[in-house]
Amino acid sequence: MKTLATEVTIIGGGIVGASAALFLRQQGIAVIVLEGARCGAKASGVNYGGVRRQGRSLDQMPLSTRAHELWAQLPALIGTDGEYVRSGHLKLATTQDDFAELARYKEQTRGFGMHLQLLGPQQLKNCYPWLGKSLAGASLCPDDGHANPRLVSPAFAWAARRAGAIIHEECPVTGAAHDGQRFVVRAGDGLEVRSSYLLNCAGAWGKDFARMFGDTVPESSLHPQMMVTEPLPLFMQVSLGMHGGGIYARQVARGNVVLGGGREFGQSPAFAQPSQKNMLPLLHRVAEVIPQLQGAHVIRFWSGVEGRLPDNNPVIGASTRIKGLFHAFGLCGAGFQIGPAVGEVLADLVVKGHAKVGIEPFRIDRFSAEATM
Amino acid sequence: MNAIQPVIVGAGPAGIRAAQALVQAGLKPIVLDESFHPGGQIYRQPPPGFTRPKSQLYGTEHHKADSLHRQMQAMESSIDYRPQSLVWNAQGHALDVIQAGRSTRVEFSHLILATGATDRVLPFEGWTTPGVYTLGASQIALKFQGTVIGSRVTFLGTGPLLYLVAYQYVKAGANVVAVLDTGSLAARAGALAGMLRTPALLAKGLVFMAYLCAKGIPMLSNVRPVRVQGQERVRGLVCRSADGGRERTFDCDGIGYGLGLRSETQLASLLGCEYRFHARDRAWLPQRDEAGRSSLPQVYLAGDGAGIMGADAAERAGERAALALLADAGMAIDQNRAQQLEHQLQHIDRSRTVLERAFPFPADMVPSVADEVVLCRCEEVTVGTVRRAIADGSIAEMNRLKALTRVGMGRCQGRMCAAATAELLASARNVPLADVGRIRTQPPVKPIPIMACPPPAACEKAGT
Repeated sequence: MKTLATEVTIIGGGIVGASAALFLRQQGIAVIVLEGARCGAKASGVNYGGVRRQGRSLDQMPLSTRAHELWAQLPALIGTDGEYVRSGHLKLATTQDDFAELARYKEQTRGFGMHLQLLGPQQLKNCYPWLGKSLAGASLCPDDGHANPRLVSPAFAWAARRAGAIIHEECPVTGAAHDGQRFVVRAGDGLEVRSSYLLNCAGAWGKDFARMFGDTVPESSLHPQMMVTEPLPLFMQVSLGMHGGGIYARQVARGNVVLGGGREFGQSPAFAQPSQKNMLPLLHRVAEVIPQLQGAHVIRFWSGVEGRLPDNNPVIGASTRIKGLFHAFGLCGAGFQIGPAVGEVLADLVVKGHAKVGIEPFRIDRFSAEATM
Repeated sequence: MNAIQPVIVGAGPAGIRAAQALVQAGLKPIVLDESFHPGGQIYRQPPPGFTRPKSQLYGTEHHKADSLHRQMQAMESSIDYRPQSLVWNAQGHALDVIQAGRSTRVEFSHLILATGATDRVLPFEGWTTPGVYTLGASQIALKFQGTVIGSRVTFLGTGPLLYLVAYQYVKAGANVVAVLDTGSLAARAGALAGMLRTPALLAKGLVFMAYLCAKGIPMLSNVRPVRVQGQERVRGLVCRSADGGRERTFDCDGIGYGLGLRSETQLASLLGCEYRFHARDRAWLPQRDEAGRSSLPQVYLAGDGAGIMGADAAERAGERAALALLADAGMAIDQNRAQQLEHQLQHIDRSRTVLERAFPFPADMVPSVADEVVLCRCEEVTVGTVRRAIADGSIAEMNRLKALTRVGMGRCQGRMCAAATAELLASARNVPLADVGRIRTQPPVKPIPIMACPPPAACEKAGT
């Protein structure tokens, strides 16, 4: 048994846990990160790679806006640009109703500096002649973009390590408790970490660690279906999404088009495999929306495991049971973009006791009987 | 699905013999073949209109090729043979198959994977120059199209295929400049004692070598490639001895290169079969018992796709796996035949170990490859990029290496480069090859066109 003492223990070395570690280290706080696999190798590293604010719920807009500022500083923060580009994000509407929704969203989010532009069908055709399906319109967010999660998320962990964080990989947490004075977390092969604060940044596994302290939440896992084509001549200037789902797509500098659409629910969190029933329908939708991809080859499908709460908002904030315990998990569909801002919030909660960004909607007890009564 | 519907993937020696055994038991298997005609790679048939006789195409093995081809003809109405069918995904009890440009789903009650093998290669300077082919591809050019890979061809590598292909080229009238074996003469001589116990193997090998010798083809041992000359096209091959010494240049415009074979195991991986490390093949392979049962019920493995044993073993393993399938389905089988096949397979397995000693894998090529050499052709990742990533990021296994460097992430999904990458990672970290693991397989096994999706109605149906 090896016992370590630190100020803050972080469970999970994904983009949330690693950025929390980085921001804590920037303020000189001692940090140990316990990662069950490899840092940034789960949802943080295998997600689609969208870095967009457009489409986020109003609840998430303050975090998303702050994250947008942090993404602008990426090379300074983590030492790589992670292939981050502000390509613009175009959200398509297939029906008049959807287009009206996009217009309404533009009004609702006016204060957040997204500078959304609505494009009618003809304008859309003129600007993006490669779009195929008959569309009712679209909304463009010029400063949204995309990045390479395989590079960005591990880079946050390495930046934290360079800043002095101690990171244990392949070191799954086997037990966590509070002994009345300190948190005691057991991990890997006989490691015990004692600390004043504990951050639960365990993604799709977050609810398991929350439960150890009596915080129960109805977190489930979902598996987005993604694929990538062979490299193609560059033709997509913008990153693409659709109102209400459908497909999403972006073309990387190397020429590959990364696409996704459709989700699987209820498979075990440990196992993510592209689903047989989703792959062909996804191909079909892609061929409809971007006809010139019909002849392109798909070289890989993949999936990952994201945590999800019933209201599609994450859990972020203090435990209702134990002082010094903070949760941040269940960030499906949002974690890659807002992750750095969530990390900063966690660091603020530890250091200052409050966050400068509103996180009230993400309270962990919002699903409990008292909260819903 | 209640009735027994066996599906066989692959129509090489293993797949054909498996089908035969199932047909004899009264079943009608579906046989999915990526090729135009049955035979697999080793007994690949030429396109219609090509009239070269089998004795010329397959050399000493022509009677085996003939027997398998005839067997397929005889089974024409008793099996459901589907040529030009690419199985690109496998999950549960269903395969996704591209036929005539469209993806269809093929369900099975029992599945025999007889997916074969491709050449194993290690990178060296210039190995991606046009004009450098694998030994397998060199042979296909001859067998399938009746053509050769150059007007002056050098063969390089190791393994029985090296001498077989060289022999076939010379026999076909091609100009073979030299046969360069990375293995040492001492290794082959040392293994000779073992080969004496398998005289057929020995005789075959000696026939090829004696023939090449008689034709005055230079045959060198203990050779290490230094670089391919030429930019747009191969102009020569520079080599030296493994012990050092001075460089020697072979003037050629075609190079056939291969260091043994590697199994195509992706479908087993997609299905979730357990794997174990196989030291002789230097690879993680799907686990199978003596009869060919995988770790999953109703999934069987046969032939080189489950471990390199050669075509003769494949025929027997195919039949044995089919018998296992029948027994598992509650049908009576000839136990004596099953036993006999297992004994024969054990015998071949032992001679395979001898062969591997005679043609050892030149693992020392890996640490000496220059940083500038491309390791992953699809993604243009160099050896140096991978080495730097290993040094920087505490990368311990293949999937992490792939995620951080793109190696194995391109069109071939690591089919061509993963073996070399694993060798590089293990040698750089100074750990056993087994420790670096294997790249998790994702569908599709080979690239598929987006328009392979069936029309919407059928697509929705397939999605339910």
